[in-house]
Amino acid sequence: MHSQNITLLAQKLRAKEFSSVELTQHFLDRIKQFDTSINSFITITEEKALTAAKIADTRISNGEKNPLIGIPIAHKDLFCTQNTLTTCASKMLNNFVPPYESTVTQRMLDSGSIMLGKTNMDEFAMGSSNENSFFGSVKNPWNLEAVPGGSSGGSAAAVAAGLIVAATGTDTGGSIRQPASFCGITGLKPTYGRVSRFGMIAFASSLDQAGPMARSAEDCAHILNSIAGFDEKDSTSSEAEKEDYTAHLNQPLTGLKIGLPKEYFGDALDQEVAKVTLDAVKEFEKLGATIVDISLPNLNLSIPSYYVIAPSEASSNLSRFDGVRFGHRCDDPKDLLDMYMRSRSEGFGAEVQKRIMVGTYALSEGYYDAYYLKAQKIRRLIKQDFVDALSQVDVIMGPVAPTTAFKLNSKTQDPVAMYLEDIYTLSVNLAGIPAMSIPAGFIDKMPVGLQIMGNYFAEAKLLNVAHQFQQNTDWHTQTPTLAEGV
Amino acid sequence: MSLNKQDVQKIAHLARLSLSDNESEQYQESISSVLTLVEQMQSVNTDGVEPLCNPLEMTQRLREDAVTESNQRDSYLAIAPQSENGLYLVPQVID
Amino acid sequence: MNWEIVIGLEIHAQLSTKSKLFSGAAVGFGAEPNTQTALVDLGMPGSLPVLNKEALRMAVMFGHAVNAEIGMKSVFARKNYFYPDLPKGYQTSQMDDPIVGVGHLDITLEDGTVKRVGITRAHLEEDAGKSLHEDFHGMTGIDLNRSSTPLLEIVSEPDIRSAKEAVAYVKMIHSIVTYLGICDGNMAEGSMRCDVNISLRPKGQQEYGTRTEIKNVNSFRFIEKAIHTEVERQADILEDGGRIIQETRLYDPEKDETRSMRSKEDANDYRYFPCPDLLPVILTQEYVDAIRATLPELPAQKAQRFMSEYKLSEYDANVLSSSRDMANYFEVVTQAAKNPKLSANWVMGELSKLLNQNQIDIIDAPVSAENLGLLLQRIEDNTINGKTAKDVFQAIWDGEGTADEIIENKGLKQVTDTKAIEEMIQTILDANQAQVDQYRAAEPDKQKKMTGFFVGQVMKASQGKANPSLVNPILIKLLKG
Repeated sequence: MHSQNITLLAQKLRAKEFSSVELTQHFLDRIKQFDTSINSFITITEEKALTAAKIADTRISNGEKNPLIGIPIAHKDLFCTQNTLTTCASKMLNNFVPPYESTVTQRMLDSGSIMLGKTNMDEFAMGSSNENSFFGSVKNPWNLEAVPGGSSGGSAAAVAAGLIVAATGTDTGGSIRQPASFCGITGLKPTYGRVSRFGMIAFASSLDQAGPMARSAEDCAHILNSIAGFDEKDSTSSEAEKEDYTAHLNQPLTGLKIGLPKEYFGDALDQEVAKVTLDAVKEFEKLGATIVDISLPNLNLSIPSYYVIAPSEASSNLSRFDGVRFGHRCDDPKDLLDMYMRSRSEGFGAEVQKRIMVGTYALSEGYYDAYYLKAQKIRRLIKQDFVDALSQVDVIMGPVAPTTAFKLNSKTQDPVAMYLEDIYTLSVNLAGIPAMSIPAGFIDKMPVGLQIMGNYFAEAKLLNVAHQFQQNTDWHTQTPTLAEGV
Repeated sequence: MSLNKQDVQKIAHLARLSLSDNESEQYQESISSVLTLVEQMQSVNTDGVEPLCNPLEMTQRLREDAVTESNQRDSYLAIAPQSENGLYLVPQVID
Repeated sequence: MNWEIVIGLEIHAQLSTKSKLFSGAAVGFGAEPNTQTALVDLGMPGSLPVLNKEALRMAVMFGHAVNAEIGMKSVFARKNYFYPDLPKGYQTSQMDDPIVGVGHLDITLEDGTVKRVGITRAHLEEDAGKSLHEDFHGMTGIDLNRSSTPLLEIVSEPDIRSAKEAVAYVKMIHSIVTYLGICDGNMAEGSMRCDVNISLRPKGQQEYGTRTEIKNVNSFRFIEKAIHTEVERQADILEDGGRIIQETRLYDPEKDETRSMRSKEDANDYRYFPCPDLLPVILTQEYVDAIRATLPELPAQKAQRFMSEYKLSEYDANVLSSSRDMANYFEVVTQAAKNPKLSANWVMGELSKLLNQNQIDIIDAPVSAENLGLLLQRIEDNTINGKTAKDVFQAIWDGEGTADEIIENKGLKQVTDTKAIEEMIQTILDANQAQVDQYRAAEPDKQKKMTGFFVGQVMKASQGKANPSLVNPILIKLLKG
């Protein structure tokens, strides 16, 4: 049951091969069995899930068609879920039970999917290895000594391990794509504004975007169908018409123009990863695509630009965590200042505090022009690179990360080195375009993802391209062998 | 770009973070290395480039002026660290 | 030393919207604490702002009223600082691109001179909540009902040179925003709050001196007093060779002094940057023009019209047009009375006196404008004289009925029957033969003064009802014999 896709599960639920309650129980059992070693969940909502599964079974019996009805899923723990603990993997929100629901989780509820729990992540989505969690690091199901990637590491690991059918993630600088690549699953970061940010705990407002993480492009399409679309509660949500993202999956790729940016294949890239990437591109050629060499000249600037913009916005977004209305407050504050200082430094982990301070500095008097304003100007150059490239090609392909999943604790001593590994993903968020990671091969039994980037609101095209690849390859169907947790 | 200890303490104070001496030193190093990383921006000529704040360059949508929220005080105050008589309580504010 | 006072004002006007600037929570004064809050007003994680259409319209309207450039592209920015009544840890305001740009308005000073005061800008921003300092076992209570209430911050150029000018300016802004219906102008409830920037410089010097900012001076009277007090304080320091520290100060009306608010000075690096949760507000020319077309007549225009249409003096016209309600009241009165000068005198005199004494707003006046108009008609058509009219006015105020009912019930009609008046005068002359003889013996220019005695007697005998314009000629005729 746990390695089948949503379309198949939906058919079987309707054929009464099993009920949603049985399916839900199966995944709950797997979580209990394996997650002690993987640590992909922060909260498991067993009772609520089983209650919801019963309702789902009724809806299925009533002939409702939505393929997500009765499908067990999980949400990254930065989506506010009403009456369910929402921690953002931070001590700051260790006790935070929101009295409201995010738009993404509400839409997933409405579509009939069953939430089994909230997944682990880097604290406040700041990190690329899931080692910055108050609830401990997540392990990569392909190798428990490796990181799952981050920040949506829990979602990626849970899907890869078959603990859940699909999950939501968020991507500010690669946080869906990079863990999807490291864990061998399919992840989509939609166009900025395609999915509502309401109820998503903000990291960097102008970069954050929620998206699906699943075992296939087709599954991602089903989830995107549920969560995409305008939301009047989010001023940055796009009013552009949403599509049926499953409608064009089967379009042939004949004549598809794929751009390969030379900057994505430079020295930083592991040669084996380069080979896997280029092999995948060859597969597309077999499917009728043509390859065009392109250039994204400002790619290198995406790192500095991102590491100014994201911390700056974060420093302001995280000011609301002050111990007054929700979240952690220190014991016995001696005065107001003491309450602020101790609540915040006790509540936030080191990486979060560091980024808050970097952002505070970048916005402070005398530095704003040199940092924040400069970064926003460079951001326009980066966007323009994509606009130019995408006027020549339909999609752009390249690696997601320079390497496969690295070993736990191997890079914690040098965070800047870890920042540099985001080189292939950051620019997409700065430009706001959609991008995916799909499984494209293995190196030393560790999965490698291929990144597919497309034009604004071209999610259907990306999913079509990814789906056609998955119809002709089996990388995405490979599953890790799990050891039972102790 | 490297910061001295006073810089770090000033930033930490602005951000309302309390750092021990030891932490200050660590952050001094790690923040400085981030600032060095972002330094390369300065070599790029961006004269005449309009800053990009929102990738879609959309414009602000407007809400009708209507009261759509009801009183949710009880559920909102229920998650507050400290409250009394419908108020959030904080250590004394001195103007 | 001869000091020149330099004053600039920042006025926060609370816009009269139904809902908050960024949420659908109700706006209102005096509700139970924390019952008018939406998620975004509380800074709840994941909550997002959406801009209120009406607040934007009101801001544009104000821009038109002060002849300002309208910001066709305006941008919301975050002003970052920590305070318990500021839930998000930043105030959403406007910095580089305000909705209202450079404008100006003219104020009329007491001596009748007109002064132009520059408006630097006016921008939309959200209000903070309130800290309640009553003791909760040594803690402060926070009420966030006011959080995210829309404010228009109106910033003047440092063009103002005296406390009187400052008050005239604030009064003018007050009357503009209330005329426009974009602010209720209630200073006691904090709907309009003023921050006053003050500096001194030696007369003739070009550069400005160091300024202080006095926060939240919330009545016209306190503005004047606070300025006097602060000017005196600064002059004392400067004359002793000291230096003014640029700082925020608070005016204490009870002690009539300003004191430093050092707590607010603490590291005020606000780290403004464009709010990434909101997008640039782009206006079309059609939108801006359409709002201009809805502008009501403004105080200055109204005063001009009162002078030309009703031939009122500039002073009367300015007083009557200072509040829209008073101007409307006056116009209704004068339509019925058909005598603008008389109407103006009554509205500014008797009516205003009673309103002030009883602390009643003109909109709630117990004497309706129609009723006062009818009363004045009765003066005009000689039914009663001015003195009687004051008594009738008091009776209307006390709810005894309309002017006509009271005149009728109390028998206050003037005696206009010449025969009756002649008889009355003759009786008085007969009873005062000695005075009549004196009169007849006197020089003509002395005689004029002597008639006063007889007029007084006639009025007393008629209980004030004899029409003075009839009494005089008859009296003189009979005196001359």
